[in-house]
Amino acid sequence: MAEVTRADAASRLEVARGLLRRVERPARLDPARVAPSPGDDGRVLPVTAGLARALPAGGLRRGSTVAVGAAPGATSLLFALLAEASASGAWAGVVGRPDLGALAAAEAGIRLDRLALVPDPGRDLVAVVAALVDGLDLVAVAGHERAGVRTADRQRLAARARQRGTVLIALGSWPGADLELTCTRPVWEGLVGGGAGRLRARRAGVRVRGRGIAPGGRETRVLLPGPVGAPESATVDAIPVQERVAAV
Amino acid sequence: MSGADPGEVPVRVLALWSPDWPVTAAARAEGVPSHRPAAVVVANRVLACSATARAHGVRRGLRRREAQARCPDLAVLGRDPERDARLFEPVVVAVEELAPGVEVVRPGLVALPARGPAGFFGGELGAAERLVDQVAARTGVECQVGVADGLFAAVLAARRGVAVEAGATPAFLAPMDVDELDREPEIDRSELVGLLRRLGLRSLGAFGSLDAADVASRFGADAVLAHRLARGLDPRPPVRRCPPEELAVELELDPPVDRVDAAAFAARGLAERLHQVLAGHGLSCTRLGVAATTEQGEELLRIWRCAEPLTPSGTVDRVRWQLDAWLTRGGSGAVVRMRLTPEETVTAGALQLGLWGEVGVADERAGRALVRAQALLGPGGVLTAVLTGGRDPAERVRLVAWGDARGTLDGVSDERAGAMPGEPAPEESRPSDDAGPRAGRAGGGSGPGRAREPGPGAAQPPSPPAGPMRRNARRGTRRTKPVRTARPALLSPPPAWPGRLPAPSPASVLPEPQPAVLLDAAGGPVGLRASDLLATAPERLDTPGGPSGTVVGWAGPWPVQQRWWVPGAVGTARLQVVLDDGVAVLLTAARGRWWLSAVYD
Repeated sequence: MAEVTRADAASRLEVARGLLRRVERPARLDPARVAPSPGDDGRVLPVTAGLARALPAGGLRRGSTVAVGAAPGATSLLFALLAEASASGAWAGVVGRPDLGALAAAEAGIRLDRLALVPDPGRDLVAVVAALVDGLDLVAVAGHERAGVRTADRQRLAARARQRGTVLIALGSWPGADLELTCTRPVWEGLVGGGAGRLRARRAGVRVRGRGIAPGGRETRVLLPGPVGAPESATVDAIPVQERVAAV
Repeated sequence: MSGADPGEVPVRVLALWSPDWPVTAAARAEGVPSHRPAAVVVANRVLACSATARAHGVRRGLRRREAQARCPDLAVLGRDPERDARLFEPVVVAVEELAPGVEVVRPGLVALPARGPAGFFGGELGAAERLVDQVAARTGVECQVGVADGLFAAVLAARRGVAVEAGATPAFLAPMDVDELDREPEIDRSELVGLLRRLGLRSLGAFGSLDAADVASRFGADAVLAHRLARGLDPRPPVRRCPPEELAVELELDPPVDRVDAAAFAARGLAERLHQVLAGHGLSCTRLGVAATTEQGEELLRIWRCAEPLTPSGTVDRVRWQLDAWLTRGGSGAVVRMRLTPEETVTAGALQLGLWGEVGVADERAGRALVRAQALLGPGGVLTAVLTGGRDPAERVRLVAWGDARGTLDGVSDERAGAMPGEPAPEESRPSDDAGPRAGRAGGGSGPGRAREPGPGAAQPPSPPAGPMRRNARRGTRRTKPVRTARPALLSPPPAWPGRLPAPSPASVLPEPQPAVLLDAAGGPVGLRASDLLATAPERLDTPGGPSGTVVGWAGPWPVQQRWWVPGAVGTARLQVVLDDGVAVLLTAARGRWWLSAVYD
């Protein structure tokens, strides 16, 4: 009788542990996504698998500053950086982009209820970014070049982000950024010619330079955006393997 | 009566109810005479209607057109909760002159403990008569009074204009329909009521005779409350604690505030503080006291009762309504001090911090940061996007100020009503609005690779045949949607918009379309031969200050024919163009030229 009770208790304990494990690690359907294994201490914000391959930490290190180079595809690249973290509950803000396509952001996987938009910060750009850096997990800044943000302000914001563990993403040039991502060789797919078809996906390379990467930089091929709007890693059969992660 | 503690008897409550208050308030504000039938319409559906309109067959949930068809004389009025609350204030004041402890349940309904007035005016019926007379004499508003044990039964009694004997409340409730559980506008119990109905529990008595434990295990927490209501008990067991005084939060307003918007902004911060204090004690508030002191030293106090524990935004709403009422009433000057007192609290159950202290903390931190940004830029400076129905990328996004109600589905309906005043609801629009990408015909021929693109949504009707026949053919095929009943207009997901631009969507949507010049190989402008046919193949795109270059690919044009019922509306066409540097843009043809409306950045 006592034996039965103990076995029963043990199995219940096992069930409870299993439940706890499931709570601790939300189920991921795609095993490929787990592969880059961002740090377990929560200091790295996850990014979509295709980009994670090229980032030195396998994700966005909290407290780092990332510059997204001005090139066709920059906004989609920004969405790709925000999407995975936002889907897992991080708060994001975009400052200085009145033309941001929120619909594309939602399709990329960003949770709109956790995305704050400051379309026109005016002369308060630095103050607004500083306020957001205090509370949000990812803050994207655009138009800082046009607004004439000084070097001292830039360094102050970067330091604040480092202290608060916020990822600061600059659209455009940001001297001193930890990482610089640029979208290269974008090719649209889906147009059949002669007016037929429609835009379905964009195949693009993402070149990463900066701290923790060999001076030449790294490049990965992704779909920005993919057929349903979400960024995807370019499929293996479509892309030659040597082109997929090519050291340049 | 299983599961109820003996001796757990709710207090006697007197409820004073003004029927169809939204209509009464709207008709008064608009100056519609009371004999003329009137209805308040939200999102093209009747939300409330006056008794005259009801006599003509107008019902809640009816479509506006149908209501007008049944009653051509119908005055159609808009909804405005703030106006409702403001106009109700005189009624509350009139009641308050005779009886203390008045609580506003919502505009149109007040509750007060019956014991005091019953003793003073010699019986409950006498008190009820006095109150009805008083309200009618002071404000000209008709109302009904009901007395019963507990608020829920008192409201039902007020709707019927009866006084239920002490102790007879369960018997009064037993024969009533379970639909009565779903009358509160803020709580949607339609699912529970439908389930009970399917289970054969058609009356409150039948539902109440279930065992409380069984109800809790099978139907969930809200059903437990409903079950208590059905048995004539207070919705929550009487373990409410009287909150200690330090839970109240206070705000000095310097300079004094005499404008509603400024007061509302201050109220937001105050409500946040109140909820922080309550959360610190693990409580949430079910009865909120709003007090204000005016420049002339007048003390104003009003108690709001709510069925659900108040959320911060619910608190802000009530404070704003109340201040709106006080300030527009005038006479007592600007407000110098505001005070929120949680009059009754229950243990907070809903919002808990995460098990590892992450979830709630991060949200709170983010909320504070965004409020700081709002303080810098004004409330409209920080926005959040809500997806709504529409066909163009710009149409499908609505920006709301951070902290305002995102209004998920309800907001969609409101938005649609707001975007197209006086127009039929989208589902009434013709299926021809389909302008979805179909294989363009401009290139001529239909080779093997020219299979028709799949439509943007599963709900898309088959594309109509091409050619000038289309217009007439469509007119004949106007779909008649099945008449929907009850409230699906507010609760169903937004309809799939046929003809919307399919994913992927452009990452940059210009706030205002920019003029663009599309040239063909000969250097002449590319025009439209038909709404879905380019005259010549485009070769070069020029936009001042925007993307320019050689066209390497294009798709479309896809005609957009929508809002044809609006005078001055023009049919447009959309064209996707890819340039040699990899930039793709979305062009729109309107008013005889091309416009750059979005960039696939």
